[in-house]
Amino acid sequence: MLSIKNLCAKIGDNQILNGIDLEVKPGEIHAIMGPNGSGKSTLASVLAGREEFEVTDGSVEFLGKDLLAMSPDERAREGIFMAFQYPVEIPGVSTVNFMKTAVNQVRTHRGLPALDAVSFLSLMKEKMKLVDIDQSLLNRSLNEGFSGGEKKRNEIFQLAMLDPRLAILDETDSGLDIDALRIVADGVNKLMTKDKSIIVVTHYQRLLEYIVPDFVHVLYKGKIVKSGGKELALELEAKGYDWVKDSVAA
Amino acid sequence: MSKDIIEEFTSREYEHGWTTNIEVDAAPKGLNEEIIRFISAKKNEPEWLLEWRLKAYRQWTRMKEPTWPNVKYPPIDYQDIIYYAAPKQKARPESLEDVDPELLKTFEKLGISLVEQKRLTGVAVDAVIDSVSVATTFKETLAELGIIFCSFSEAVQKHPDLVRKYMGSVVPVNDNYFAALNSAVFTDGSFCYIPKGVRCPMELSTYFRINAANTGQFERTLIIADEGSYVSYLEGCTAPMRDEHQLHAAVVEIYAMKNAHVKYSTVQNWYPGDKEGKGGIYNFVTKRGLCAGEHSKISWTQVETGSAITWKYPSCILKGDYSSGEFYSVAVTNNYQQADTGTKMIHIGKGTRSRIVSKGISAGHSQNSYRGQVHVLKRAEGARNFSQCDSLLMGDKCGAHTFPYIDVENNTAHIEHEATTSKIGEDQIFYCQQRGIDEESAVALIVNGYAREVLKQLPMEFAVEAQKLLALTLEGSVG
Repeated sequence: MLSIKNLCAKIGDNQILNGIDLEVKPGEIHAIMGPNGSGKSTLASVLAGREEFEVTDGSVEFLGKDLLAMSPDERAREGIFMAFQYPVEIPGVSTVNFMKTAVNQVRTHRGLPALDAVSFLSLMKEKMKLVDIDQSLLNRSLNEGFSGGEKKRNEIFQLAMLDPRLAILDETDSGLDIDALRIVADGVNKLMTKDKSIIVVTHYQRLLEYIVPDFVHVLYKGKIVKSGGKELALELEAKGYDWVKDSVAA
Repeated sequence: MSKDIIEEFTSREYEHGWTTNIEVDAAPKGLNEEIIRFISAKKNEPEWLLEWRLKAYRQWTRMKEPTWPNVKYPPIDYQDIIYYAAPKQKARPESLEDVDPELLKTFEKLGISLVEQKRLTGVAVDAVIDSVSVATTFKETLAELGIIFCSFSEAVQKHPDLVRKYMGSVVPVNDNYFAALNSAVFTDGSFCYIPKGVRCPMELSTYFRINAANTGQFERTLIIADEGSYVSYLEGCTAPMRDEHQLHAAVVEIYAMKNAHVKYSTVQNWYPGDKEGKGGIYNFVTKRGLCAGEHSKISWTQVETGSAITWKYPSCILKGDYSSGEFYSVAVTNNYQQADTGTKMIHIGKGTRSRIVSKGISAGHSQNSYRGQVHVLKRAEGARNFSQCDSLLMGDKCGAHTFPYIDVENNTAHIEHEATTSKIGEDQIFYCQQRGIDEESAVALIVNGYAREVLKQLPMEFAVEAQKLLALTLEGSVG
């Protein structure tokens, strides 16, 4: 599915990623953990194609294609979805309208006919249930005046609508109370199938109790310094990130 | 990369830049009393109208071109303009079958079918090319309700009393430099009268097209809404691409009696000039509505995308007690376009209300100014105004300016003014892209969202046009 080799990236003069290697196979859930400033969100942004970051070395292959050669919208149409840590507000554009544009561009790319209003609506109704989101919220301007929880739920709703192959959840747990966290995680789990993959970027172990990873990687100073199973997350939680820092230093 | 998108978006070609090969009957270049007599004679006008024109001309010669707008252009040589150009037709056609097929084709090409049976929606059109109206559709249907919808020239011949009574009653001859010029040389335009208590069952629309070279277009529109009537009026316009600038100085007058409601919508798409700012229309327009009767209402909605220079302030004089005025505007400027546009709301009557929503969008090297005046006079007890002026910048070479003037002479008035300036965010574009939406569609989506409050005021079929036009005008201009 996704093959990252020696990925290095910088922003301005600031080198952030220093050679990331990561293999993600269909059906796998990977968690990327690490202290603040370790490069977790940068990795997510680079995969999604954010322009501020300059890739200085390495390669990324997604479903056999050169991911780094694609524009952000091509990557999305090929099946990469990123749930934003800070979803962006777009005044005057409702989520419904936004999704209609997105879903139909993605469908066209996949050689499918655009959805008419009726089929779009029924698809939306079905996906709304998944994240327990209200129609009235979707008719409002995208993310404008949404609470933190509503924004995150809206991200997962969009994930459900677009049905990607690889979902990257960037700190989706931040700003969520425990109930909202459960709803969001439930939604993600229901969407997961054996031909899809998830990368969960998170600072805390909490989310991983609900979205259980197959692999946990610890990022530090732009490199994966430790990988393991789900128990690694617990160990981290118990010992703190200093434990990783110390072991790298040693 | 975003810079490139801006470039790409802004470098879009103008779609209606072609010309039609039609024989033209034109006056010689220049302006003097002879030319005015020539125009008046061509149109077989009554003596009083010729006198009216001459009076306007004499006043105009004593007036000075305004210099206060925030626009720059080389001096206009008023003697280097042709003031009358008309497609050669034998006589004013009685029915559509008699209209020169070449002319019908011109409008078909613009997406405006003048053949009534072909029109799916009920929109009656008055088509004006250069100086004259070539066809008006659905006249009979409207006549059954007592509605008069025809070219201005025809109204002068057939309804002289109405024309004489109301022409100049809202925009006086000497109101301003360009209105005086128009009053002297106007050649055609649309006329509309809605009788007492009649709700006009279809949208009325005028479509203006400048075709001939070196020609100015000076049309005049007069809408009279009698007591308790309603009409929604649309105006569209385009011009060929030419290297020289062309002058368009129009006057629109709306007269609303007691309980009447007039909605006037414009999608202005005159040729804006090329990427270097060569050519394009100078659009100096006076639009004003008079809410003469109590509880009358006039709403202006404009989507301004074209013209090299736009100078235009659709206004409302709220004279009748409890009358109200609205102004909704989206003005987009790109490349080297300059727009100085806004409104005036003059509160005279008691309990009058006005609402102003202005959305400016600037891209390229353009300059976009909002200029608005809210004036509450002494007797306007309890007047209310709400104004909102937003500016959106795309790129770093353009400018947005706001000049609000507020004069209040009655301390029971309630005035609110809000203003914002923002840049189209890379974050917003990236967010759209991450959902699979390409960059151009993303910009269109964001801009349309920004302008939504105004666009939703437009009649359905016009709104779709306007949305496309916004996207088109800004193609290549993300910042």
